[in-house]
Parts: sequence; C-alpha cells; structure tokens
Amino acid sequence: MKDPLLVVKGLTKSFGGVLAVSSVSLTVREGELVGIIGPNGSGKTTLVNLITGFVKPTSGKVYFRGTEITGLPPYKIVNLGISRTFQMVRPFYHLPAFKNLVVPLCSPRVREAAGGGYGDRDAVALDLLEEVGFERDSFVAYKVASSLPQGYLKRLELAKAMALRPDLFILDELFSGLSLAEVASVVPVIERLKDQGKTILMVEHRLKELFKIADRVIVLNFGEKIAEGPPGVVMENPNVKAAYLGGE
Amino acid sequence: MEAKKPQLRKERIDRGIKVRADDIFALNSWREVIYLVGPRAIPVVGLLVLGPFLSAYSREILISTASYALLAISWDYMMMAGLASLGQSLLFGIGAYFTGILNHYFHLPWFITIPIATLTGSAFVSLLLTPVLRLRGVYFSMITLVLPLMFMRLIEATRILGGTEGLTGLDSFPNEWVSYYLIMFALLLALFGFRRLGDSDYGLIIRAIKDDDRSVMNAGLNVYWYKAQALFLGGCVGCFVGAFSTHYDMFCGMPGFALDYSIMPIACTLLGGMGSFAGALIGAFILVPLAEVLRAFGALRIVFYGGFLAFSIVALPEGLFHYLSRKYHQIERWVEVR
Repeated sequence: MKDPLLVVKGLTKSFGGVLAVSSVSLTVREGELVGIIGPNGSGKTTLVNLITGFVKPTSGKVYFRGTEITGLPPYKIVNLGISRTFQMVRPFYHLPAFKNLVVPLCSPRVREAAGGGYGDRDAVALDLLEEVGFERDSFVAYKVASSLPQGYLKRLELAKAMALRPDLFILDELFSGLSLAEVASVVPVIERLKDQGKTILMVEHRLKELFKIADRVIVLNFGEKIAEGPPGVVMENPNVKAAYLGGE
Repeated sequence: MEAKKPQLRKERIDRGIKVRADDIFALNSWREVIYLVGPRAIPVVGLLVLGPFLSAYSREILISTASYALLAISWDYMMMAGLASLGQSLLFGIGAYFTGILNHYFHLPWFITIPIATLTGSAFVSLLLTPVLRLRGVYFSMITLVLPLMFMRLIEATRILGGTEGLTGLDSFPNEWVSYYLIMFALLLALFGFRRLGDSDYGLIIRAIKDDDRSVMNAGLNVYWYKAQALFLGGCVGCFVGAFSTHYDMFCGMPGFALDYSIMPIACTLLGGMGSFAGALIGAFILVPLAEVLRAFGALRIVFYGGFLAFSIVALPEGLFHYLSRKYHQIERWVEVR
C-alpha cells in the first residue's frame, strides 16, 4: 500500500442551519484515481471547496502529505501541490487562451520547480494547450477566452490545473457540459496524468465515463458519506440505489 | 423584379508588422520605422519641445492638464487590477499634505519633500486601504469615496495643519522650467512605464485579478499582495501629483481632497479609453483645456461640458485611443458578401 497523500478527518460544514458536509472522512493514496459521486446538492463541491481552502470548515481536519492544511488560504494550498478546477469555468475572459496559463505559470510553485528561472512561459503554455486538445494550427489558443465555446473552456480549466504541476488534481465535474466526443478526448489526458503517477480526485456526475477510469468511488448523500469501494461494487449498495433512484 | 442590392461587409486586415517576427521587430524600411516610432514620438516631442514656444498662460494650462493626466493614469492602473477607486483626491490630498508638513515644519527643499511624500504618502494610503482590499467593485469605490471627505472634515473640525486656511507660503520651485520639465518627465515615465508593465507577465497577473480574483488565487498567487502592490504603485503617481502641486501653488489645503480630483481622472480615462494609459492622457488633453475654453460661457460651462462628455461616451464607448489605434493598425475596406 502506498502512503496516503490526502487525509480528511470528520470534515463538517454548516451554512446556517444547513449541514452541507457532515463529518466526512476519506483517504486518497498516492497514484490513485478516486471518484466522488452523489445526487445534486449532496455536498460534493462544498467538500472540494473545504479541501482547497476556498471555504473554511466548521470542524474537522485536512492533511496533505501528513501536514495539516485546514484553514490555509487557497494560494498556499495550491503551492503545496493541490490544484483544482472549477465546475463553473472561471477563465480570465479578457485574456487570450494561452495567456490564461501564463498566470499559474507565474506562481511560486512553478518558479521553484523551474529552478528560479523564468523561462519562456508562452511556449510552455502553448505546449500545455496542445496536450489538452487545442489544435496548434488552428490559432484557437490565441483567441480571447470569452470567444471560446464551453468545451474549450473546460479543457482550459484542466490545462490551468496542469500548469501548476500539482501532485493532487481535484477535478470538479470536468465532464459536465462536454459532448461525448469531447469527453472521449479528455479521458486520455487524465489517463496520461495517472500514468505519470499523479493522484486524481474527481467529482463527477457522468458515472459511465468515471467508472471506466476510477479505482475507487466515494458516494455522498445529504452531506454524508454513504458508501465507498470499487465502482462496480458501490452501485450494488442498497443505500446508493436508494439515493439515486429513490427509497421505498 | 428589382435588382438585389449587393450585401456589403467591412473587412479588417491587420497592418501589423509585429506579426511577422513575434517579439523581435524586423524593420525593413524607414516607412516601418516611422510607422512604429511615430505615435510614440508624438507625446514625447509634443510635451518636451512645445513648452518654450507657448505663452505663460498656456503653459500653466498644460501643467494642470499633465497633473490630471497623471491622476488619470494612476486611476487607470488601479482599475486594471479591478480596484475601482472613486478617491483619487485621497491620493492627491495625502501627497499634498505630506509635502506641506515636510516643507512647513521641517523646512525641507522640494527635491527631498516630493520623493518622500510620494513614497510615504502612497504607503500610508495603501496601509489605510489594506483592510478593504478584499472588497470588490462598488464596495471598494464607496470606501475610497468616503475617506477623502473624512480627512477634509477632520482637518476642518480639529483645525490641525492650518485648518481651513491650509498651509501657505510654502517654497516654490526655483524656476518655471524645473516645474515644467519635472511634471512632463513624470508623465512620460508613467505613460511608457505603465504601458511596458501592462504588457509584461506581471501586468498579466494584474489584469487577471480584474477578470476573476478567485481564479488567480487558484493559480497559487496571493491576490491581496498583488492588489496592495497595484494600489501602492498607482498611489505613488497620485501622491506625486499632490506633492508637485503643493510646491507649484506654494499651498496645500482642504481643496486637495476635493471631489474634482476624483471625478476628472475617471472622465478623462473613460473618454480616452480604459486600460491603455495613452487613453487617459488623450482624455486629459481634451477635457482639461476644454474646461478652460468654456470658462467664457460662465454658468453654462457645466452644461456644455456635461453634454460633450455624455455624447462622447455614448458615441464612442470603447474610448478614443482604442478607436484611433484600431484605425491605425488595420486596413478597412468594404467587400461584397458572397
């Protein structure tokens, strides 16, 4: 068994009287691809926000590589090696697509990895965009982000996360809003990341695509973890069936 | 049957020479040199050479125009980072009072008071606004609008620093040319400096903050630190204008916090075009002299002025500079739609 990379212990968040995430514990090991699924409003995105520091937890702890990161501001967590994408894409709409990647390439983490040198960030950005499927000859990488269709914006989000060279990717519903063909083009990118030894935590609604690549799946419902295990086994769980199809 | 009118559309072709060689300018001819240098030479030559040929009165207007242009550039830079300031007068007033104090109480000469007031004044304002850097848009604007008014009333009520009279009889510049060239060099430095900065990767981060600050945070960058830097840098320019005016007018007082200094720079930048700095300069060089010319109309001045401003912003929302630079860099022609 490999070392645990991310450990979440009893994470709870309540917004007023609403318990969005209730005492969730989970462990993600190095090199794993873990999926988080659950019906709408089950607290998946809140869980991501809690881990990445965008929302402060009411109680509970988050550990990354054995050190506690609970309550740290997002930019510090990013520089430790956790990088996320947003479900609702958040590009820099006024900048050309490849310049969107230059911003993360300016981060302290990347500067350190590059040995303090600055290098040609534009060239790195263009390479990354090609990797996620921006055709190099089509000039689409030079277009202003606001003029790009949703499919490209989603892949731009992924490229922005990749630019930070994180150890742990947290992908928040990357597949939603993508066509089948687009999903088929993104899946190899994720598989390649996994082959490089990256750890990936995927929040996903499109179960069919997720189950093909996930090692393990965690199911949330009303903020609580109701099941965990390999994809095939989890869906046979009566609690999960009830959550998705409605109980008796 | 009536003959169908051919449908026309406007075709725009880049004239750019930058495209050919990416970052390296490969210039083939004098024409290209002139094409490139020409627009940049206009402000340099215009501001530095024109001075001695003008009457003393016109020179005075030119200096006041340059002051507003600097305030507008400062506003434009802060706006680039998403800091919509309604308080350029805060910068002006703080710069002015810091200079006044240094000169009146410590008898320091202008070449020491101005740099000190510029840096410490801006640092003071940045510290003052640090708690509200988290605010965005209108919320930040409201705070910056209120602060100069608070300082004004504070001075009025407590009668510190000369109270309503202000500090008078301060040192002036040794001669007219020192003041003229000081502000002109500052203006050119701010114009070309900020334009260069805006094109760099650092400027990219600043512009990205305006688009989406959470996304910048998600890129591993401390947004608040960058915002504070933008505030300080823009603040330096604003405080410099206040410091300069104090020695130029040999006076600093409550009018330094007047709303004029907040509103004029915004009007100038909107007229000229945001985010280019050159637009801020062009706007100031239209609006400030215009206000001077309209003085002849007495009370109707504001009506003409407001009308002109409203018309130009509606007719050309992108701003004068963006319009002009598009016309300069692109060849436009009508072609038939097939």
